[in-house]
Amino acid sequence: MTAPRPALETAAMVRAGELSAVDVLEHHLAVIEAGEEAVHAFNLVTADQARAQARAVDATVAAGGDPGPLAGVPVALKDNLCTRGIPTTCSSRILEGWEPPYDATVVTRLAAAGAVAIGKTNMDEFAMGSSTETSAFGTTRNPHDTDRVPGGSSGGSAAAVAAGFAPLALGSDTGGSIRQPAALCGVVGMKPTYGTVSRYGLVAFASSLDQIGPFAGSVADAALLFDAIGGHDPLDSTSLNRPTPRVLTVLDDGVDGMTVGILTELLDGAAPDVAARVHQAAEALAAAGARVEEVSVPEVTLGLSAYYLIAPGEASSNLARYDGVRYGLRVDAEDTVAMNTATRSQGFGAEVKRRIMLGTYVLSAGYMDAYYNQALRVRTRIIEGFDTAYSRCDVLLGPTTPTTAFAIGAKVDDPLTMYLSDVCTIPSNLAGHPAISVPYGPGEDGLPVGVQLLGPALSEGTLFQVAAVVEGAAPPLAAPRVTTGGPA
Amino acid sequence: MRSDWLLVIGLEVHCELKTTTKLFCGCPNMFGDEPNTNVCPNCLGLPGSLPVLNQRAVELAMAIGTALHCDIRASTFHRKNYFYPDQAKDYQISQYDEPLNVDGYLDLPDGFRVGIERAHMEEDTGKTTHAGASGRIHGADYSLVDYNRSGVPLVEIVSEPDMRTPDQARAYVTELRAILVASGASDGKMEEGSMRVDANVSVRRSVDDPFGTRCEIKNLNSVRSLGRAIEYEAERQIALIESGERVVQQTRHWDESAGRTQALRSKEDAYDYRYFLEPDLVPLVPDAEWIRAVADTLGMMPAERRSRLVSLLDDAGGATEAQLLQVATVVDLGLDDLVVEAVAAGVGTGLALARTANEAATDAEAARHLDPKSYVALLTLEMQGSLSATQAKAVLAELFARGGGDPATIARDKGFEAMSEDSLAETVADAIAAHPDEWSRFCGGDDKLAGFFTGLVMKATRGQANGKAVAAELRRLRG
Repeated sequence: MTAPRPALETAAMVRAGELSAVDVLEHHLAVIEAGEEAVHAFNLVTADQARAQARAVDATVAAGGDPGPLAGVPVALKDNLCTRGIPTTCSSRILEGWEPPYDATVVTRLAAAGAVAIGKTNMDEFAMGSSTETSAFGTTRNPHDTDRVPGGSSGGSAAAVAAGFAPLALGSDTGGSIRQPAALCGVVGMKPTYGTVSRYGLVAFASSLDQIGPFAGSVADAALLFDAIGGHDPLDSTSLNRPTPRVLTVLDDGVDGMTVGILTELLDGAAPDVAARVHQAAEALAAAGARVEEVSVPEVTLGLSAYYLIAPGEASSNLARYDGVRYGLRVDAEDTVAMNTATRSQGFGAEVKRRIMLGTYVLSAGYMDAYYNQALRVRTRIIEGFDTAYSRCDVLLGPTTPTTAFAIGAKVDDPLTMYLSDVCTIPSNLAGHPAISVPYGPGEDGLPVGVQLLGPALSEGTLFQVAAVVEGAAPPLAAPRVTTGGPA
Repeated sequence: MRSDWLLVIGLEVHCELKTTTKLFCGCPNMFGDEPNTNVCPNCLGLPGSLPVLNQRAVELAMAIGTALHCDIRASTFHRKNYFYPDQAKDYQISQYDEPLNVDGYLDLPDGFRVGIERAHMEEDTGKTTHAGASGRIHGADYSLVDYNRSGVPLVEIVSEPDMRTPDQARAYVTELRAILVASGASDGKMEEGSMRVDANVSVRRSVDDPFGTRCEIKNLNSVRSLGRAIEYEAERQIALIESGERVVQQTRHWDESAGRTQALRSKEDAYDYRYFLEPDLVPLVPDAEWIRAVADTLGMMPAERRSRLVSLLDDAGGATEAQLLQVATVVDLGLDDLVVEAVAAGVGTGLALARTANEAATDAEAARHLDPKSYVALLTLEMQGSLSATQAKAVLAELFARGGGDPATIARDKGFEAMSEDSLAETVADAIAAHPDEWSRFCGGDDKLAGFFTGLVMKATRGQANGKAVAAELRRLRG
């Protein structure tokens, strides 16, 4: 079996008229056909709409036009990104069948770049979870071992890229929901600086933490996708008013003269095989000319607690609108309040209810200062801690997850253990900083390990630059078992 | 109210801003359209939608702050969380502990100063109609929600509890409404709900006592019901206390037809709104230049406009009580510029004010759209005696009907051509010749007969003669 063709190469060939976007799409639809039953990466494969997009791309090329940098590249979309006229469920019963009347900004930008939206990927319900097991529509399975979870919440997007269903995918990362599944599925996943990618059309979980980002089979492909979706959007008030990023051009710049800090707190809870991979990656960076040192940011150990106060607090408000009045599920009852209650009781799963209750509690009169406001103060301390580290280091290095992929069912009944899956990724969300997960060989169990690079706000260029070096030094990883893909 | 009790009143006024579009989206801000036609993903609270603050709304809110002498400062938006079907997101975006405008005041026409605690921005809800006998949510067969109003920009103006009588409360709302209209921020239509008043009322026995427990009264749809509701509520609270009971802090609903307030909910079961900083918006930090630009475009406020007219009257020898009422009317209707221009063109202040308050006011809308030059020209013709008062009124009506024009031309068209001096003298001479006895008595000092002769001349000219000119001619002939 040969490796899937990189998105960069596909786009270049489609733009040059050497490859048809329709053929690229049909190849991927065939791969999905063969492997989706085992993986269940998608809530919906939008074959018809994708074929229309692919034909339009080919027609543009035939007419002498340029469809854009993602010409003919299939992209899978997490099912919390609004797609006009196409169901957007957040893997929740409460939104089942809802068709948004508008596209998310990232969806519009992908189309403008010539990409082909191939389907909506499974996720933890409303992005609350680390395994896709809280999805109302079944668990996605890790293509490297279908008895294991793919991670989450963007598990469907990570699995889709790992299984060769799509060369690229978009996810959202609130506490690690891109990077953690990317690590567990052996693909590249990146969370941009807060405000770099528009959230318009991303169904909100925790608005001050949510950020859309790319999944790809390589650092270069992730850079290609990030460049296409980033940049200011007047429809998102928290969108930073700065030019569209260009990280694709810095990938070969190397790490000579850079300082990389190994973030010791992230290694503390990591399994020995995962920690060993982080140290190997550090050695590789040193060999490439970087200065490597250990760095402590003690504040990051407070991240998990702060996150589980802030994110549920915001979520309890963001998810209030699913009341059965305007769209989605409605369970009829004798009056409005009873209808609201019945709809939400039936429509939400256990984890979502748990977080709504937690969030409602921490925002309540008399408790807000002890919990929510205290968490905001911790958030400030974490930013200050990172600032100190970044005064010495260009980037920080650590594991993306404490372990490789765990077994389906292993943690789903133990929320606190599940929450620990995100302990390494949460600090970047609280700080609003970018971070990227790069596959770095197998762990002892042969499953993918991801190492994480963290940087200060707007350091995407540096992160991709370092990530490319890490990727180049990574030990080989066995191809996913379910993969039947190859070049179209 | 009984004289051994004192009343304390604070008012919260919500006013809809007169913007073209809503506060956080581009939907039209229009009253009375087909339900659910001015809506989009944002104001319907669809998943994934995000708010974008309307700059014009901020400017109108700052205009209100400026007009109310507030400190305009950096501010933030919060989410006020509560479930209600007409609340599209099940939270309202509102300014909370850091409002845009704070610490202002409003002077009532009699000089009494009411403190303004704050004037903050927030979004309006949709409108629920409960179908069923009661018209209220309890016992409704079904409810319909119209989201056209969802996201319409509001400013909530919170007064200090400074008012002590229902009259002051009424005067406050009337003056505030005039300020909102004059600043261009709102149309101030209470009947359409673009201005809504809630009253906080408490009673105490002495100014030395602390404030009593207050009740908030909602559903006050006119200045009249505001006064009635406060009076009713004060009596209710006094009766409670005098019978040994306590006033319970409550929100109460004013029932206009029954003339009473009814409990809606008490403090114990008040919502916990779980306010927290709206993460989808960034802080609103108006710089000094922007604040100044808004202040510069703000026209004169009603108090200033009233004193401008009063000073014109003072220049002309002082104002009577009746004229002060005319001043209030003219300013309230926004017609004061007509008076000022007429006086500047040489028309007598009394005449300009009286004609504006009594005649132009009958169709204020038309008067506001009239070219002031036409109006001034008309008053000049009347002052010069070229038109009688009756004729001038007829010409004004015609100016309104035509939406403008040249008063002299209209007068001519109506046959109001002022009589030449010669023909007037001739008619007067005829009248004298026909009534020699009366003439000799008039010449002997019986001034009442001036009216007799004037009447004869008017009859002979079918009202076209100018009364003043006739009187002048009679005096001239008497010598």
